[in-house]
Amino acid sequence: MAKKSFIEANSISFSYPSYDGVIPPLVLDGVSVSVDEREFVAVLGHNGSGKSTLAKHFNAILVPTEGNVSVSGISTAEEAKLFEIRQEVGMVFQNPDNQIVATIIEEDVAFALENLGVPPMEIRERVDDALKKVEMYDYRLHSPNQLSGGQKQRIAIAGIVAMRPKCVVLDEPTAMLDPRGRREVMKTIRQLNKELGITVIIITHYMDEAAMCDRVVVVDDGKVIMDSTPREVFGSVELIKERGLDVPQVTELCYELKKEGFDLPECVLDEDECVAALEKLLKGGENNG
Amino acid sequence: MAESIIKTEGLSYVYSAGTPYEHRAIDDINIDIEKGSFVGLIGHTGSGKSTLIQHLNGLIKPTAGKVYVGGEDIWENPKDIRKFRFKVGLVFQYPEHQLFEETVYKDIAFGPKNMGLSENDINRRVREAAKHTGLTEEYLEKSPFELSGGEKRRVAIAGVLAMQPEVLILDEPTAGLDPKGREFILSEIKTYHERTGATIILVSHSMEDVARFASHVLIMNHSKVAMYGETREVFKRVDELCEMGLEVPQISRVFAKLREKGIDVPESVLTVAEAKEAVLKLLEKGGEANA
Ligand SMILES: Nc1ncnc2c1ncn2[C@@H]1O[C@H](COP(=O)(O)OP(=O)(O)OP(=O)(O)O)[C@@H](O)[C@H]1O
Ligand SMILES: Nc1ncnc2c1ncn2[C@@H]1O[C@H](COP(=O)(O)OP(=O)(O)OP(=O)(O)O)[C@@H](O)[C@H]1O
Ligand SMILES: [Mg+2]
Ligand SMILES: [Mg+2]
Repeated sequence: MAKKSFIEANSISFSYPSYDGVIPPLVLDGVSVSVDEREFVAVLGHNGSGKSTLAKHFNAILVPTEGNVSVSGISTAEEAKLFEIRQEVGMVFQNPDNQIVATIIEEDVAFALENLGVPPMEIRERVDDALKKVEMYDYRLHSPNQLSGGQKQRIAIAGIVAMRPKCVVLDEPTAMLDPRGRREVMKTIRQLNKELGITVIIITHYMDEAAMCDRVVVVDDGKVIMDSTPREVFGSVELIKERGLDVPQVTELCYELKKEGFDLPECVLDEDECVAALEKLLKGGENNG
Repeated sequence: MAESIIKTEGLSYVYSAGTPYEHRAIDDINIDIEKGSFVGLIGHTGSGKSTLIQHLNGLIKPTAGKVYVGGEDIWENPKDIRKFRFKVGLVFQYPEHQLFEETVYKDIAFGPKNMGLSENDINRRVREAAKHTGLTEEYLEKSPFELSGGEKRRVAIAGVLAMQPEVLILDEPTAGLDPKGREFILSEIKTYHERTGATIILVSHSMEDVARFASHVLIMNHSKVAMYGETREVFKRVDELCEMGLEVPQISRVFAKLREKGIDVPESVLTVAEAKEAVLKLLEKGGEANA
């Protein structure tokens, strides 16, 4: 038998319950994806395509109507194993308001750790460390409802950083952040992945964030339509745009210039590549002259 | 002189006054917004953007200072404050804070209903607003709580559009929208602006979007107004914006690096279209030199 991946979804379908007898639409329609330990995966897709619904299957908040999902070999349909599964896969929800439970910020961040039975001294350390990582340490004694939108989002992320599960699923963790905050949060998430070996699954509408991941999964109307490296996915500029998505600014600029007939690499993904490509193009012209 | 639609004088607000968490979220704000302008409001997390805009339709009562809408002091008669809520429509940062009815239809209809419009008018406005936010007919009978994040956002925007406010304020309306949805909503806002002459205040973290749509830019920094002026003028001061911890778009950083390398690309490029044009121009020049 082939070795199972860490998280495995096998042709899962899902529809939300219907109240009025109407047959509910399939929100997930025969999705198969698997995620290995230590992977760093982005999930893209238009509004309502089924991303959050899929993410909720990864830690057993939802179970498929058809097919099955397993985490470390345990089926998410096994109710007795719920606690185990949620300990392995932590989740940051799309709206941080739904996540915040305590009335003092540091208690909120400590909440999951207390439930896991982590010793108090260690809780203290991990909470302080997590709050510093998201630059909210100074606010530790405030109440979460005294925070701005972006600050709340950071607290929700700190909760997961402190918990250090094997895998984190982040549903649009940067939606309310300013660009600097977004970059810092992405840096923190990358560290979790690269230094602590935590598996990361991140849902985002920001293409430059997806470009930083190892792998990009594109969901479209409940189906996975692409599952590949960012370079391959963003190389298909036309297809991506057709599906209501976009490519990073640097990718778009180089693609546009290439279309005009200029000599540029196939798919430029980040700033440094773009600078190098444009420098070559522009200085090349000067040298000829 | 151009007519002023929103004006503040010495506007300040202190949260949790008298407690250890006391925080002056906005501090001595004096702005004067011209009728019919499209203002982009930018500032770091916690700079006071949401607090400021909630003053402009009387949702928050200032600790000190005044707010004028169309020349009227909105707190002169606190009983009349409702009038300004219809005139100045506000879309919240979190759509969840705005949705509470059983169906999407009722949610969008809430504002127009409170304005005392007829059933017919309400119906027309709800359908129009839904169309302008990309919500098809089938959404109208759904519960807003059974929608995806981006769908909720659209309903929240539709609810305020349906009031056809003279001043439309949107607090990060594109957060959580997919790229096509962002473009669509922004262009619908622009259309509303052009069609009705309404004044728009758009809170956004995207300098690119602000550069593309706004006539004016207001920069908040640590509870104070740091800059206010025409978009082009404000974005010329990109270096100062960076010093405030604000970040320019990816493409602007690329151009800054090219300049460091001695390539003569223009400063303050914020959009892909501008970038493309600038590169083509340089290449053309190079070409001419060759000829
Ligand atoms: N609780 C619910 N009950 C019924 N339908 C729902 C529920 N939650 C979501 N849906 C529907 O399921 C579909 C997929 O929703 P989902 O939240 O997974 O989308 P998404 O890809 O995360 O979108 P977004 O980018 O807007 O967050 C949508 O059409 C939505 O209307
Ligand atoms: N109820 C409250 N009590 C104390 N402080 C508060 C309260 N509400 C907000 N604040 C503080 O006021 C400041 C301004 O908040 P505001 O929501 O206006 O910021 P913002 O510019 O909209 O930020 P963001 O971009 O994150 O949405 C923040 O530092 C926040 O912590
Ligand atoms: Mg979602
Ligand atoms: Mg805000």
